[in-house]
Amino acid sequence: MKYEVIVVGGGHAGCEAALATARLGHSTLLVTSNIQNVADMPCNPSIGGPAKGIIVREIDALGGEMANNIDHSSLQMKMLNTKKGPAVQALRAQGDKITYPQQMLKTLSQQQNLELKEAMVKTLVVENYKINGVVLEDGTEIQGKSVILTTGTYLNAMILVGDQKKSSGPHEEKPSKYLSNHLSQLGFKIIRLKTGTPPRIAKDSIDFSKTQLEPGDDRAYAFSFDNEPQYVPKDQLPCYLVYSNEQTHKIIKEHLQESSMYGGYVEGIGPRYCPSIEDKVVRFQDKERHQLFLEPESIYYDDIYLQGFSTSMPHYVQEQMVHSLKGLEHAVIKKYAYAIEYDAIDPLQLKPTLETKLIENLYTAGQINGTSGYEEAACQGLMAGINASLKLRKKEPFILKRNEAYIGVLIDDLITKGVKDPYRLLTSRAEYRLLLRHDNADLRLREYGYQIGLIDENRYQKLKAKKEAIENLLEKLKHIKITPTQEVNDYLNSISTAIIKDGTTLYQLLKRPEITFDQLQHFHLFEEEQEVKEQVEINIKYEGYIKKAQKEAEKMLQLENKKIPEYIDYDKIPNLASEARQKLQQVKPMSIGQATRISGVNPADISVLMVYLKRMESNE
Amino acid sequence: MDDTIAAISTALGVGAISIIRVSGKDAIATVNQLFSGKNLEKVPSHTIHYGYIKDQDEVIDEVLVTVMKSPKTFTTEDVVEINCHGGITTTNKILELLLSKNIRLAEPGEFTKRAFLNGRIDLMSAESIMDLIQVKTDKARKMAVQGIQGKQSKMIQNVRQKILELLANIEVNIDYPEYEDIEVMTNEKLLPELEEVQNELTEIISQSQNGQILKEGIKTIIIGKPNVGKSSILNRLLDEEKAIVTDIEGTTRDTVEGSIQLNGILLNMIDTAGIRKTDDVVEQLGVNKSLSLIDQADLIVVVLANNEPLSQEDLEILEKTKDKNTIVVINKNDLPSKLDKTILKDRVVIETNTVTLNGIDSLQKKILELFHLNQLEQQDYTYLSNARQIALAKEAKNSLNDARCGLLEQVPIDMVEIDIKKSWDKLGEIIGETYTEELIDQLFKQFCLGK
Repeated sequence: MKYEVIVVGGGHAGCEAALATARLGHSTLLVTSNIQNVADMPCNPSIGGPAKGIIVREIDALGGEMANNIDHSSLQMKMLNTKKGPAVQALRAQGDKITYPQQMLKTLSQQQNLELKEAMVKTLVVENYKINGVVLEDGTEIQGKSVILTTGTYLNAMILVGDQKKSSGPHEEKPSKYLSNHLSQLGFKIIRLKTGTPPRIAKDSIDFSKTQLEPGDDRAYAFSFDNEPQYVPKDQLPCYLVYSNEQTHKIIKEHLQESSMYGGYVEGIGPRYCPSIEDKVVRFQDKERHQLFLEPESIYYDDIYLQGFSTSMPHYVQEQMVHSLKGLEHAVIKKYAYAIEYDAIDPLQLKPTLETKLIENLYTAGQINGTSGYEEAACQGLMAGINASLKLRKKEPFILKRNEAYIGVLIDDLITKGVKDPYRLLTSRAEYRLLLRHDNADLRLREYGYQIGLIDENRYQKLKAKKEAIENLLEKLKHIKITPTQEVNDYLNSISTAIIKDGTTLYQLLKRPEITFDQLQHFHLFEEEQEVKEQVEINIKYEGYIKKAQKEAEKMLQLENKKIPEYIDYDKIPNLASEARQKLQQVKPMSIGQATRISGVNPADISVLMVYLKRMESNE
Repeated sequence: MDDTIAAISTALGVGAISIIRVSGKDAIATVNQLFSGKNLEKVPSHTIHYGYIKDQDEVIDEVLVTVMKSPKTFTTEDVVEINCHGGITTTNKILELLLSKNIRLAEPGEFTKRAFLNGRIDLMSAESIMDLIQVKTDKARKMAVQGIQGKQSKMIQNVRQKILELLANIEVNIDYPEYEDIEVMTNEKLLPELEEVQNELTEIISQSQNGQILKEGIKTIIIGKPNVGKSSILNRLLDEEKAIVTDIEGTTRDTVEGSIQLNGILLNMIDTAGIRKTDDVVEQLGVNKSLSLIDQADLIVVVLANNEPLSQEDLEILEKTKDKNTIVVINKNDLPSKLDKTILKDRVVIETNTVTLNGIDSLQKKILELFHLNQLEQQDYTYLSNARQIALAKEAKNSLNDARCGLLEQVPIDMVEIDIKKSWDKLGEIIGETYTEELIDQLFKQFCLGK
């Protein structure tokens, strides 16, 4: 058996990687331990949210599948941060845990050039630091020019509940017992991480009258730029809000030593942003209560996900904890919460293309790289797939910069700073987030998707038309002038904005923070698409701020353009602090800009490095 | 920076001892070649040794040599300091010997530069050390020492920390929109906090400008129409004949500079050509220059003659200086008064006489008052001490102001935050720190988050 690309693992990263390479014309094999389990959502039933929702749109803009898939399987959608400005708004969907994977499996099955195989990979075939294929646990060898590892939390996975520890993947799935050790033998540095999931509760055992209703928005949305909303707002399933209380905290404190974490049974490092409920109780003693959300998992079964209640307590303590919650006094736990430990590779061993530095044509994406989250995984899968294809086609690699996409921020963070705990993307990680909005992901990235070959001609023409419409509308607003007549000023008064004294263009008027585009319709009938108006409004209203962000980004790009030659020997640079020397050697930054972001490399080291490079140049 | 450098680190001249500092990887081996005594390459770090510096067999001087090995030295490189007997000839001879041995003469400030580039000190400390080397007054010296000890950095770090906490709070609202555990940063809450930080920065900047005055001196102009006694007053202050004092109008054509120390404060005096309308081209240049210097000066001393009525030129000068730190000196008060003083009622005025110039002492007092320099005496000397730092602090302050204006105009928080972050970045530039993981760490330290 022989393929151009072999993808190992069928989670969110694996699906995107396999679809990308297959769509780009490469014969692709997706190997996964359980085909029915592709694109599974083993933890929270939602996709999107701050930063993550923007990533989903970026994936769509580049020609990935996640946005389209969630559009067809959502139970509820909400636009978050609507009051905090356009840059940080993001869409979040509750996804159906049955429909989402089914939908994805259908897409995978129908994809040309793509085959699915149910098996476990035991080792890699490597010759001269170059990948040549994989060997399955049954001994079968499959040849492949490129291999993309997207093993999620399965490498040497251990499930922990109280003092119980057993070798298992999520939901009793078979873990991968050999691959991690094999990677270690090949020379990879392996790190151990931990995450956890809360209990699932039987829906009919909850008294929802004692909880607070959390409905979806009363308008419908779509993640994909190509989709109309696929649901009617009134059909959305609601979520509910409950709180932990004194009694809950008392139980947790009394049994703290019985939890895997506090009992000392966990080796892996857990995520900071996603602490277990016992962590929250211990770390924030003064908080009287913590929010917990009750979220539906599917319309096909009645499990309710108890968001915020991740724990590694033994089952009998979990029972007490759950029953202490209002409305859950008689709750039936369908699945107990657990912590899971797994192996990942230190992502400092990766190139910006997600190819490993150690072995040519071997790529890794998703949780194996130390990230957490479906969206983070999916975008890496897509980028690894794209770059594997570009390399096979002998084309330039595709690397997104920090001012171009959240995906660029994520990958740069991974390969430059490494990870200590599972990495979650946050809007605060993006310095130029005003440029990286969810509303302009297509304008930022579709052109790339088209050049790569994942966006077809039809969609590309649509994008070009949209760009043109935006330009035209901007020009139009600059030319439509209103004069200070009684009628005009009466209207301005009625919408609580200052009257005009001289002739004013609609462009100038829209600059006022309190004026919306819709209010301009009073002066002129604009028939452009809503999304075109939205772009124009943001661009005009926030022009000054956007320019500031662009200026900052240009400053960054200057440092980014100061390239560091690959052959540089940091041992030969005198006066570098030893920590900086070691970190630089390890990361091998491509530019001064990247070097400035390495932790442990301080500004003085950067000056030394720049002085050295200057001298090197002048000596040549 | 891979070569070894040397320089005489004490002031050249006749003193009891002089110190030659050598820094770099060949420092110990090279000095050892010239040293007769213990083998310096084998002695422990941070020890001092007695011996002789020899040129071939000739003894140049009896010396004490301090050996300090990398990295715990000023430059973080190997450093040797040779304590030799003072006197230009001996010291120079030893330096020449070193320079003949593959050692290069250090450029001014190069030891400090190396200390900075090697990460031994931050940018502010480096600047402070350079300040210390160049200090002209005792107060400036105190300020520079505080800078080396990092007090200035700490002060900026405190302000930065406050901004960071605000940023973290805003960020956490954005990344975790549904968590009510976290206080929502509304405009009403943010505005007063921003204002507080901005005020703090304003205070630092205004104190720093005084601090800069300590270090660089007050640029002072004496201005007045021809022949009112400007040069005499200057000379009296300078105590030397730098400006030509004469009764012929227009002899002082060029600005003349000299410095005086006034209660530890440096005044850089600029005499100006007499201000008067003239057809003489050369004279005209001087007059124009004087008028333009008004804008550059920190302090303007306007000299008027008691025995002459206010001319058009006087009025012009008074008009041009009315919003500046100005002291009006009425000279020649021993002669009969023809001057209408009503126009001067809101100005700082002192009177003096032509011959003895009695009264000029109160000029010194008035200057101290005008610049609040008497208070400075009792205060902590933790100010930003150079123009680069002050300019950055001003930028930081302006960005905070932009942020406040944005909030008042109801601009959304994600936009406003750009300005707040810029302010934080600018303060970081002052102390040579830039954006890192700090923000994220802060975020997690402060708040309880979970999924």
